[in-house]
Amino acid sequence: MERPLTQHIRPDREPLTLREYEQVGGYQAARRALQAAPREVTEQVLKSNLRGRGGGGFLTGQKWSLVPPDDHNGPKYLVINADEMEPGTMKDRWLLEGQPHQLLEGVLLSAYAIQARVAYIFLRWDYKLAARRLQQALAEAYGQRLLGANILGTPFCLDVHVHTSAGRYMCGEETGLLNALEGRRPTPRSRPPFAVTCGLWGRPTAINNVETLCCVPHIVQRGGEWFRALSRSPDDGGTKIYGASGRLRKPGLWELPLGTTAREILMEHAGGLADGYRFRGLLPGGASTDFLVEQHLDVKLDFASVEKAGSRLGTGTMVVLDDRTCPVGLVLNLMQFFARESCGWCTPCREGLPWLARTLQALEDGLGTPADLDVLEAHVRAIRPGHTFCALAPGAMEPLGSALKYFRPDFERHVADRRCPWRAG
Amino acid sequence: MITIYVENQPYAVEADDRNLLAVCLSLGFDLPYFCWHPALHSVGACRQCAVKLFKDENDKKGRLIMACMTPVKDGLRISVADPEAVAFRAGVIEWLMVNHPHDCPVCDEGGECHLQDMTVMTGHVHRRYRFTKRTHRNQDLGPFLHHEMNRCIQCYRCVRFYRDYAGGRDFDVLGWHDDVYFGRHADGVLENEFSGNLVEVCPTGVFTDKTLKQHSVRKWDLQTAPSVCVHCSLGCNTLAGERYGTLRRILSRYHQSVNGYFLCDRGRYGYEFVNSPRRIRQPVLRGADGARPAASPAAAMARAAGIIAGGRVIGIGSPRGSLEGNFALQQLVGPDRFFHGVSDQELGLVRLTLAIARQGPAPLASLREAGESDAIFVLGEDVTNTAPMLALAVRQAVGRQPTALAEQKRIHPWESLVVRDAVQQAKGPCFIASADQTKLDDVATAMYRGTPDDLARLGFAVAHALDASAPGVPDLAPDVASLARRIADGLLAGQRPLVMSGTGLASAALLQAAANVAGALTKAGRPAKLCFAVPECNSVGTALFEGGGLESALAALRQGAADTVIILENDLYRHLPAAVAAELLAAPHVVVLDHLATATTAAAEVVLPAATFAEGSGTLVNNEGRAQRFFQVYVPDGDIRESWRWLAELMAAAGRAPAEPWPNLDAILAALSAAVPVFEGLREVAPPAEFRMDGQKIPRQPARYSGRTALTGNRDVHEPKPPDDADSPLAFSMEGQPGHPPPALIPRYWAPGWNSVQALNKFQQEVGGPLQGETAGRRLLATASASAPAYFTAVPPAFVARASEWLFIPAYHIFGSEDLSLEAPGVAQRAPRPYVQVNGSDAERQGWVEGQEVAVVIGDAVQRLSVRRSAHLPSGVAALPAGLSGRPWLPLPGWGTISSEAPAVLIMGRSDRFLPGVERVNVPKATGTVTDSAPEETIMRIAAEPPPPVSGVSATLRSRPSLRSTSSPASPRAPEVPP
Repeated sequence: MERPLTQHIRPDREPLTLREYEQVGGYQAARRALQAAPREVTEQVLKSNLRGRGGGGFLTGQKWSLVPPDDHNGPKYLVINADEMEPGTMKDRWLLEGQPHQLLEGVLLSAYAIQARVAYIFLRWDYKLAARRLQQALAEAYGQRLLGANILGTPFCLDVHVHTSAGRYMCGEETGLLNALEGRRPTPRSRPPFAVTCGLWGRPTAINNVETLCCVPHIVQRGGEWFRALSRSPDDGGTKIYGASGRLRKPGLWELPLGTTAREILMEHAGGLADGYRFRGLLPGGASTDFLVEQHLDVKLDFASVEKAGSRLGTGTMVVLDDRTCPVGLVLNLMQFFARESCGWCTPCREGLPWLARTLQALEDGLGTPADLDVLEAHVRAIRPGHTFCALAPGAMEPLGSALKYFRPDFERHVADRRCPWRAG
Repeated sequence: MITIYVENQPYAVEADDRNLLAVCLSLGFDLPYFCWHPALHSVGACRQCAVKLFKDENDKKGRLIMACMTPVKDGLRISVADPEAVAFRAGVIEWLMVNHPHDCPVCDEGGECHLQDMTVMTGHVHRRYRFTKRTHRNQDLGPFLHHEMNRCIQCYRCVRFYRDYAGGRDFDVLGWHDDVYFGRHADGVLENEFSGNLVEVCPTGVFTDKTLKQHSVRKWDLQTAPSVCVHCSLGCNTLAGERYGTLRRILSRYHQSVNGYFLCDRGRYGYEFVNSPRRIRQPVLRGADGARPAASPAAAMARAAGIIAGGRVIGIGSPRGSLEGNFALQQLVGPDRFFHGVSDQELGLVRLTLAIARQGPAPLASLREAGESDAIFVLGEDVTNTAPMLALAVRQAVGRQPTALAEQKRIHPWESLVVRDAVQQAKGPCFIASADQTKLDDVATAMYRGTPDDLARLGFAVAHALDASAPGVPDLAPDVASLARRIADGLLAGQRPLVMSGTGLASAALLQAAANVAGALTKAGRPAKLCFAVPECNSVGTALFEGGGLESALAALRQGAADTVIILENDLYRHLPAAVAAELLAAPHVVVLDHLATATTAAAEVVLPAATFAEGSGTLVNNEGRAQRFFQVYVPDGDIRESWRWLAELMAAAGRAPAEPWPNLDAILAALSAAVPVFEGLREVAPPAEFRMDGQKIPRQPARYSGRTALTGNRDVHEPKPPDDADSPLAFSMEGQPGHPPPALIPRYWAPGWNSVQALNKFQQEVGGPLQGETAGRRLLATASASAPAYFTAVPPAFVARASEWLFIPAYHIFGSEDLSLEAPGVAQRAPRPYVQVNGSDAERQGWVEGQEVAVVIGDAVQRLSVRRSAHLPSGVAALPAGLSGRPWLPLPGWGTISSEAPAVLIMGRSDRFLPGVERVNVPKATGTVTDSAPEETIMRIAAEPPPPVSGVSATLRSRPSLRSTSSPASPRAPEVPP
């Protein structure tokens, strides 16, 4: 089984130097691609069926094709979303810390594809180690003229800046990210127009996830067809870094073919649940995805199949709920996170999420009433995509709504027993 | 026209670029909203205006959309009444109520609260939220705004108005999630000149009028009338409200072509002069012993009539008095003996703007047109401080070209966030030529600083760059020439260029240069417009009367042609050197009509209490020649009445009654329009007094006005008959037809379910458009012809700094330079302390530090002032704040000296007086008869504060050079040799 993204990452994640990276074939793709037309990079990526790994699942090649090639009224930008703040998700950190040059080569190729002269790596505030390693790798790359002016002797120039986020979840929402990068509050922007035509500083901008861009050197090096064939799902190309956290024997991250089932990841790679714990459900791709339960374990974890099962692949890093953890408490924890991370721009999110968090807290504290469940249900009904300004609040409704669907008796027991059944005493 | 379907009913709407919310409101649907504002447009934050959108007639499910974020297109099918949409809108209110304190009974906004209205509209009645509410600490934001953050519903309109629309920087949104805070980084005065609009922009009681709070009253208890602002020349429309004989507040009154939705803070908060303890409320007669007892109107009338009947009378009018008052005075004294209450110089400048407008190198722009222009050249006028709303217009205009570019990317102009994201910091073009830095510098494409003459030279150079047949400028520095070229190119790039100037620097050359630029643009095929700020609210209106200025009045007095002076609503000390004003007031008989006790009224034999804009009706003409009517708000206590009524009575008592009597305003208007041809259209400014709606008058009091029978119950248990109003179709009553009067007569905005100022939507033909009914006001000035008039050719020479003298120029302050508003405590608090400002390197050379006290000598006036340093003022130039109370009037621009060691005693002699531009003004009837008859030299003691103007100190207006200092050697003034 091929693991193009992670095969060279050392177990201790000590990063590969530029020389080491080149020894394992690094920057070969860049050397080749910069001799050819920019469009050819996009073509290969289109063939590969690479989809955005940040959670959106948009076809990367298609996104690049929407960046107007003939717009020469000003600069175009590539923005790398490395603001990995989705609860339970740490896949990009692995790539950033373990092999920063792989990302930089991906950045170089992608910027070349859309003819961007400036790229910003928008990095999560907490990723201090990644920031140091990126800066180190950037210095090496600039030193070898792999970045900067006239890269590898070609006319192409690219400057890459690392911008450390202020540390808010909303900064990872791609339009909030653009505002943050421009020095504004990270409130989301209205779409359309999309960033590909009107993004950073009002200019065409492609925004891609770290994992997405790390795939690009391999696609260019070995061809889109090869990459696509790595997947077990027809519509999605390549491998995916899956993760699993919770009460598991071996929680962790694994690069596996896209379309690997949840059961395989849980049972084979994570070793099943820890002794004494029973599986109750999982959030497949971070906090803002719906619960999947026992009946969904054989669903292929690709974008289309998970959606069919009523959830979203998201970041592909699952959070597992066991029978000794209170589902209400889990949802409360997530709701507190979402309520805190709301930017305060639109009413349902700003006012609704704290209300939900307090209601869930009341349930946990044994102060819940039957009417509280109606309040929860009403919010799940009202806060939907399109009803709010961005996807944060609808995302927050996904674990709540699915928990109410699959674990409703547990909510009702909180009310009936006037306490959390999982709490001692 | 396109068709949209609401509840399956077709509606034909204009196929223009509007959003669905604006269209629904225009169609009369009650769709609630918060974050949208017709001038601030859509951002989609509050989610309140949700409606159901259907794909087609077969789509039964539909989906919720936000109307404010949805463009209308043909065939659009929506439902406002859809149950899911109704429930969602009620849910949004429920969310907003999570943290709203429900303190309506004690809230200043109560009764005209948009949040109250919208809450009722959505039907939300029961709040399920049962946890604690967040609380905030409020800030002290200065004298104008009260801050109550707990009421905030986070619609973001305040910050969008303050920062994005008005260009303020000291206010922002702070915090996040459900702890969002709108305020300053710390307590402090909100600096922006338009901060008061937050009162109306805020949909609830976060920002309320602090001046109203000081004499608080419930909104439904206010008696209101349509009015016109008297605090600058722009004539913004206002709504003035009264209770218990006190004027309580000013709101913006929408006029599509003038102020739109907004007002400046001087216009909103200057009103408190009406309630000043310095108000004259009864006639005052000076007794033989010098005592000044209050007198009955009859006694005052008898005394004044006696004076007039036997005297050789001249009249001095007022640039802030109504047309009617000035006309009555002119009729009383006779046109030949009527003089304008301003200096010949000021009168000449205002008449020059009129002449330019009439000759028509380009038409005068309305405020709205100024805001819609897309390339601007501000030539010499600090509009932020002399005509503030023009500055707000400039801020909108600089976004026009960038927004037009965004529209090419199919971005709707009303998507204000998207426009901002696409346009970023792009602005302009806007070129600012000024003497010192201005508040508009942040939107300037390029700036130029110079003396009035140098600014005029730049203007002439721009005109020459646009059209080689316009006179060129000799000895122009290469960098100025290339700037002129750049400005010319920038103006040509606009589709609607605007040239803005004014009388602030008292330079005719500036106005002429502006006219040349506009003329050259017109010649180049651009529909250019001109805009001039003039000194006062009726400067243009009164300048349309014949007659000279104050110097001519003084000459008449000196020649013995007069022994009696009647002064209308004017403090001469604000228009003349103290000694000259005193000389005028030393006439044997002086009668003054005014609102406030001033040095002028102190010198009068008879003082008559004149109505302010709130206590009488009248007509003002703004800077673009638009005549507008203000209506009496309430019947004042005491003997206050309109000046024209006093004068009419005087005429009758003195045996000089007009042929046709003037029983009411319409009668005097008829006489005025018959007497002066330019005022022919005056009666169409507003409907006449006999106008009725459904046979009824229009009530000044709203239907919920309380205490009708109780207010006077302590005196009489009978309900008093409401006072008659012979001058207007408005009634001092709750009774009448409250519906939708013609725009000139709208006393308040109210519609069923709409108690806040947002009810305005219901009075407009369509949201953001003109009001229903005939436009209020009339433009009196017609541009003469299509053929371009000849260019002005008097290009002034370049400024040459003098070794030992400074060229003093006036610096204007929105709070401080206008006399009536200075009587409002809040405005007075914001006024600067007196200062003299010089260039930083000049100060360096002189060894002056910031704040150091120096002696400033201009002509005969000596002042001790603290030094302010400017990085922008040209070298050799010093700026003095104009119009501060208690400061002498100075003939600015003019030369004078500054010395760090003040002479203790100075022999006041005669000084050279240099007034650039004044010789070039063609002043009709400005006879220039000021004599050089020099009074004896007088010794004046120098005090830190100059003594109040007293009679006995006299000097000449234009005097000979040589001012010698005797006792102090540290006044190194070189005598000027006259040319």
